[in-house]
Amino acid sequence: MTLQAANRLTAAETQLIDAYTNQIGSLPGDGAVLLQRDGLFDTLKRQGLPTRRVESFHYTDLKALLRALPADEISAVAEGVRPIVTNATVLAIRQGVAQDAGSLPEGLTVTAYRDSLKDGSAAPALTAYNSEDTIGRINGAFVRDGFSLEIADGAEIEELIELQSVHAAGHLHLRFPATFGKGAKATIVERHVGQSDSAALATVVADLTLGDGAEVTWVILQGEGDADSHLGQIRADLGPNAKFRLFIINAGGKLVRQEVHVKTTGEGSDFTLRAVNLLGGDTHTDVTMTLGHNVPHTTSTEIIRNIVFDRAKGVFQGMIRVAPDAQKTDARMACNTLLMSDDAEFSVKPELEIFADDVQCAHGATVTDIQKNHLYYLMSRGIPEKTARGLLINGFVAEIVEELEDEALVEALEEIITDWLEHHG
Amino acid sequence: MLEIRNLHARIAEDGTEIIRGLNLTVKAGEVAAIMGPNGSGKSTLSYILSGREDYEVTEGDILYNGESILELDPAERAAKGIFLAFQYPVEIPGVATMQFLKVAMNSQRKARGEDELTTPEFIRRVKEAAAELKINPDMLKRPLNVGFSGGEKKRAEILQMALLEPKLCILDETDSGLDIDALKIVADGVNALKRPDRATVVITHYQRLLDYIVPDSVHVLYKGQIIKSGDKDLALELEANGYADITGQAA
Repeated sequence: MTLQAANRLTAAETQLIDAYTNQIGSLPGDGAVLLQRDGLFDTLKRQGLPTRRVESFHYTDLKALLRALPADEISAVAEGVRPIVTNATVLAIRQGVAQDAGSLPEGLTVTAYRDSLKDGSAAPALTAYNSEDTIGRINGAFVRDGFSLEIADGAEIEELIELQSVHAAGHLHLRFPATFGKGAKATIVERHVGQSDSAALATVVADLTLGDGAEVTWVILQGEGDADSHLGQIRADLGPNAKFRLFIINAGGKLVRQEVHVKTTGEGSDFTLRAVNLLGGDTHTDVTMTLGHNVPHTTSTEIIRNIVFDRAKGVFQGMIRVAPDAQKTDARMACNTLLMSDDAEFSVKPELEIFADDVQCAHGATVTDIQKNHLYYLMSRGIPEKTARGLLINGFVAEIVEELEDEALVEALEEIITDWLEHHG
Repeated sequence: MLEIRNLHARIAEDGTEIIRGLNLTVKAGEVAAIMGPNGSGKSTLSYILSGREDYEVTEGDILYNGESILELDPAERAAKGIFLAFQYPVEIPGVATMQFLKVAMNSQRKARGEDELTTPEFIRRVKEAAAELKINPDMLKRPLNVGFSGGEKKRAEILQMALLEPKLCILDETDSGLDIDALKIVADGVNALKRPDRATVVITHYQRLLDYIVPDSVHVLYKGQIIKSGDKDLALELEANGYADITGQAA
């Protein structure tokens, strides 16, 4: 679709074009970065924001949902929040600007992403993931900062690393390239905190490479403000025997799309996706995953749990592709939803594309209500019905979080879930 | 304490009548055993007493301390002091055992107009009761009943009973799935709760449990009715001769 006729541009599209024209002189980057930005932006301009006719945006018509962008001005100074667990190493981003890193655990090297834009080292990776990668293109065109992480071979980092982006209204475009060396172990929380009632637009691309035997837990904790739009993407390449566990908790935002693009590129690698979507009000939240089992003997499980209140809409799209020679793949995907109101909606689109013959792939989706025998059991102990329901709703999603081994982190995440439910239940 | 009068009840969904004119009286301080062959309505009776909504009472009444409880939901009955130890306690993933215990204890206290327990007081009570029942504290860190063995589940039920301090305890096949050591621990736990103002109804298929929890009265349930009542010797008689003798007389 072309956008040559001016009357076909939405306000948001016009604003994006104007913003790029106005900012291009001040965006960080050398010539190579500039060329990449131009390339990404040209395609974006030509395609426009995707409508429901673009397959991967069928349930999230970005053109209709993002009619206008919020004002791109800093309205307030973002204030830091306490780390998610007390001894976390916090890498702070305030209003889209990476702050000085401070002392770091051994084996972790951190640089501000703006530096790799300036010296051009970021240019090769500043690409779209696929032909429908609107998020990658907006982010790549406008990105100003973030953190580049490098975890050395064999480094086992015990402390949790928290990428803490706190912002008020305005635009912010962040990138987190992260390389995990052979046998490296780390847990990283990518946390987004919106502090303003006025709207912000945040785009985020995390780009991970896991070396041989690396074990990485990455938690995306999305707590944007009620008016914010959050367009996130995480890409991960899994080397031989690498284990990647991704937890996503969506507990905020007005318009949210979190894309997950994972490829197994080494045999023996394993991917775990767990997502909790807490949806209420008039919000729209989309988790879209593509997973390529590209080599033999790789495994994955995906469990998505959703609680939907009010008139909220949710989407999960999960596409698992098993390459022709990827024998012995074992992939299991499940999406379970509790609809808490008649106007709540959740759309699920599982897709399996299997080109190998000796594989196990399964997917299932349920829309459930609270189980009656669970409710009866709790009530038979004297817990009133409303409280018992609350416990079970909480338990429905807390169960997912409990898979994390870090007790302090589990507790912190459960508190976030409980708080959210108290405000929406 | 408990008086069941000409109770008729059926499964709400398909109308199958399970309880057909049951009469039973249990006094405060009494341990009453209800025995009967499979399918006689033993578990159904326990569910109906606790207020499970899958069953409908069509006739008769259940009086607890002189008042009908038919209109009360399970939580209200529990707050009044009725406790059912389940034959098959459900596993509830995501609900932490300690959180559950605390909410249950405080909900009941609140319903009775008592102050909520402080956290240290709550933890002290749980630790004490758990130690008596030889419950591994790690078990209490797990989600409710999840991954508990059969014996652990039964012990967890008795732990809840000890903490909630009910007035009417109903034990549904508490002996099933227990080895003899676990059975003794559970029985000791039940016996320790015996009080002059507390009644216990023990529902069981086998006499074995009654060696450890000695009943004051034994009632045989068959096809939804109590067809014979007696003292603890009746249980021994059933053990020796099976149910056929008695059910044969009834038929």
